[in-house]
Amino acid sequence: MVDIAIIDYGMGNLRSVHQALRTVAPTASIMVTDDPQEILQAARVVFPGQGAMPDCIRELEMRGLRAAVLHAARTKPFLGICIGLQMLFEHSEEGDIPGLSILPGRVVRFASNLCDAQNNKLKVPHMGWNEVHHANHPLWEGIDQNARFYFVHSYYVCPQDAQFVQATSCYPQPFICAVARDNLFAVQFHPEKSQGAGLMLLKNFVNWIPV
Amino acid sequence: MLAKRIIPCLDVTAGRVVKGVHFVELRDAGDPVEIACRYDEQGADELTFLDITASSDDRGILFRIIEQVAEQIFIPLTVGGGVRQVEDVRNLLNAGADKVSINTSAVLNPQLVADAAGRYGSQCIVVAIDAKQIQPGRWEVFTHGGRRATGFGVVEWATKMQALGAGEILLTSMDRDGSKIGYDLQLVRAVTDALEIPLIASGGAGTLQHLVDGVQLGGADAVLAASIFHYGEYTIQQAKRYMAQQGIEMRL
Repeated sequence: MVDIAIIDYGMGNLRSVHQALRTVAPTASIMVTDDPQEILQAARVVFPGQGAMPDCIRELEMRGLRAAVLHAARTKPFLGICIGLQMLFEHSEEGDIPGLSILPGRVVRFASNLCDAQNNKLKVPHMGWNEVHHANHPLWEGIDQNARFYFVHSYYVCPQDAQFVQATSCYPQPFICAVARDNLFAVQFHPEKSQGAGLMLLKNFVNWIPV
Repeated sequence: MLAKRIIPCLDVTAGRVVKGVHFVELRDAGDPVEIACRYDEQGADELTFLDITASSDDRGILFRIIEQVAEQIFIPLTVGGGVRQVEDVRNLLNAGADKVSINTSAVLNPQLVADAAGRYGSQCIVVAIDAKQIQPGRWEVFTHGGRRATGFGVVEWATKMQALGAGEILLTSMDRDGSKIGYDLQLVRAVTDALEIPLIASGGAGTLQHLVDGVQLGGADAVLAASIFHYGEYTIQQAKRYMAQQGIEMRL
């Protein structure tokens, strides 16, 4: 049995996630896999995602991984990253498609005419290091309030239920960048590319025992 | 709020970091893995590696460098130079790059940008543009390390690349590269205002004030620099503190 399964559905590069997990959990067995059986048996599951959500959903379906993802998201420590967060919701504006509907809510795009306080145009995608204002959760342990994490995305999640919100960031309006429910935790930013704070979050995930 | 980024650029040839003036007169600056680790410790927001010879012999060396850096450093890594087909993009991503920058090949085959972005996502496709001023307020795209004119206007080219799926534009002023007299702010402003996607200003940074100007006057989302960091004139930390003191949002 593997300790941590990183779900591979053919979208983008999982090497960074794998490498970062190996660094924080040097003795764990970590596997990048597209095998539903392995995902079902893994102790923990990481659900990454890059690119466009319609492509991610399509590739996930084509590989027959939907059931394994749904099962993992309900039963074991589960970490969604970037599109892996967005896919958990019911609907996305990107391609106007349904998501996996694990959490109630939608995914919407940043407006294209955003400006900062100095009236400079704010680019989309939101790309770079932004401050994260977080709630209390074991995965934030040891991470400063307003620590910066690396983001790259054009869409963000709007959960229906405020109790699942774990963190917000601002661009320029506040948007939700982390959610949690029971055994599930998911973030919009890339912990695997967020230096010390990111590695700390991954380490907390590896040690997390949901109650 | 989102911080502006400082991106040190490592031009690599035959396994060494080098830096030239106006794309020639190369000078050795050290071991790429050591330099990358140093910049990471100093707080670099991303790192860019450009394989400036991109010969087949050097390719293997570059892959090993990227692999070693990706094992130790957890900030975004961009790699460019000699990317000709989607396969090259895949190989660099597999070696540990987070983004791949495409320059000459985007001109020869614009479909490559669309194909690579379609396959791996816009977030990992950077289009690098080498720009030369041809008349006041007008810049042209050059390729092959600045030796060949294309006839394309830079602003039009950048917006076309955005439409094809580029996630970011790395804009280098060939007139300023290595000159240390500052970014071509007019060029940066003209291109960034025309884009929805982020722009990285490059070519000409010689002082910390130049970095500030790139953001405040040029409107760049990120600034790329090589010489001012490679030879120890300034650390990245000093640069970030200075920029923050000038009122720029930075990750400190």
